[in-house]
Amino acid sequence: MKNKKNDYSTQHLLYLRGIKRKKIAVHAVRAGILAALVGLWELFAQVGVFDPFITSSPSRVAKTIADLAAGGTLFYHIGITLMETVTGFIIAVAAGYLIAVLLWMNDGIKKVFEPYIVVLNALPKIALGPLIIIWMGTGYTAIIFMTVLVSIIVCIMNMLAGFTAVDKTKQLLMRSMGAGKMTMLVKLVIPASLPALMNTLKVAVGLAWIGSIMGEYIVSRAGLGYLIVYGGQVFRLDLVMAATFILCVLAGAMYAAVAVAERIALKRRGE
Amino acid sequence: MSLEFIDVSYAYHTPAGETDAVKGLSFRVEDGQFVSVIGPSGCGKSTILSLAAGLIAPSRGKVLRGGGQFGYMLQTDALFPWRTVEQNIFLPLEVKKKNTPEMRKNALRLAVKYGLGDFLKKSPSQLSGGMRQRAALIRTLAAQPQTLLLDEPFSALDYQTRLAVCDDVHGIIKGEKKTALLVTHDISEAIALSDKVIVLSARPATVVAEHDVTFGEGNPKKRRESANFSALFEALRKELGI
Repeated sequence: MKNKKNDYSTQHLLYLRGIKRKKIAVHAVRAGILAALVGLWELFAQVGVFDPFITSSPSRVAKTIADLAAGGTLFYHIGITLMETVTGFIIAVAAGYLIAVLLWMNDGIKKVFEPYIVVLNALPKIALGPLIIIWMGTGYTAIIFMTVLVSIIVCIMNMLAGFTAVDKTKQLLMRSMGAGKMTMLVKLVIPASLPALMNTLKVAVGLAWIGSIMGEYIVSRAGLGYLIVYGGQVFRLDLVMAATFILCVLAGAMYAAVAVAERIALKRRGE
Repeated sequence: MSLEFIDVSYAYHTPAGETDAVKGLSFRVEDGQFVSVIGPSGCGKSTILSLAAGLIAPSRGKVLRGGGQFGYMLQTDALFPWRTVEQNIFLPLEVKKKNTPEMRKNALRLAVKYGLGDFLKKSPSQLSGGMRQRAALIRTLAAQPQTLLLDEPFSALDYQTRLAVCDDVHGIIKGEKKTALLVTHDISEAIALSDKVIVLSARPATVVAEHDVTFGEGNPKKRRESANFSALFEALRKELGI
């Protein structure tokens, strides 16, 4: 195979240029759709097709964010929500991983707890809201707890599926070398399930945001979820839209961070 | 004697019932011998290797192991993609807690001797199918086993690679003076490689016949060219009932 730039034939250069062109086109259309939506939204609000009191508008959202920043509360609210989400995310992934390891190590425990996990997974966690407030109070502990609760079950199930999917031939190989469960775990199962971990992180990011915002809806005095609920109650749709927009940016950024971590982790092991 | 089965029976237990995999099986593998076991597919060949390795205990009878370690080589190379070829070769040393400088040095000597020297720092995905199987063999040899248990180690390879790797593996095993027990469904492979071929019946497996293979100077290529090859092939075919 020729993979040096100056060896390429004209056809291959054309082929590469075609790929590049398609990539640029996709990016351009993507950006175009966003610009069109924002532009139309602003235009309709300006000429009166929409009532900006109900729909807000991009310029009013920008002004609200600027006002919040000037008032010094923007980063306070962002900080609170980010702290709750990231803390909940880390606890859910770490605890979920450990529980999955425990279930993998011991088939009996796994069998016993399977139905509990299934029920907890199906249960809408928001139903536990009142209990959480009574048990944990109205501070951010309650919100972090909600975040953990929403994300941990999927972490457990995802990781357990990753552990049990490890190639049977490789397991037989390890057993033939006399490996016990612990050696099997450290040398084979943990490294082999790295892609499952990365997948779990991606799913958990989304769930952690659901958990923290849901928690803030139920009980909070600060945070982006609080701003949304408060804005809705006093009919300040500018505030609702502004907080939602910031949420979009933060959630996207956190997902991107996990995706970058995935790429680095998988590259390091040469796949 | 390296390995002896004396009237060995083994039954699988599943909730659906009990399956006799092996029944009243007796055979011997001498030190330095290359013995092949052939039989119809699903006749419990892999069970025999698991019994030989001591991974499972016989339901009845005895499996005698005459000293020395056992090494397993499987249908697929099972190289770990997140380890380099060198780290893969060191795997049994780590698992068996024999990861000493001498053992590592010896493993590397084997790797270099059998042409893996330039690939040690590479990922297994950069190796061809034949080279991967060779790396798997060196990994098996790294822990210095006396007896190798080979579970259709060539079956995942395409036919041409398979012929080459088959001769290659045979050469390495004989060169290192190891005992080998190979299970395969490939009659010609069994004849080309072995000092002795054991023919098994369908499940539950028992010994139908044993053949000592002496022609062709123990060289797979010469064996395949020999006139005795096709005669033995036909005899084995008949015994397998094909």
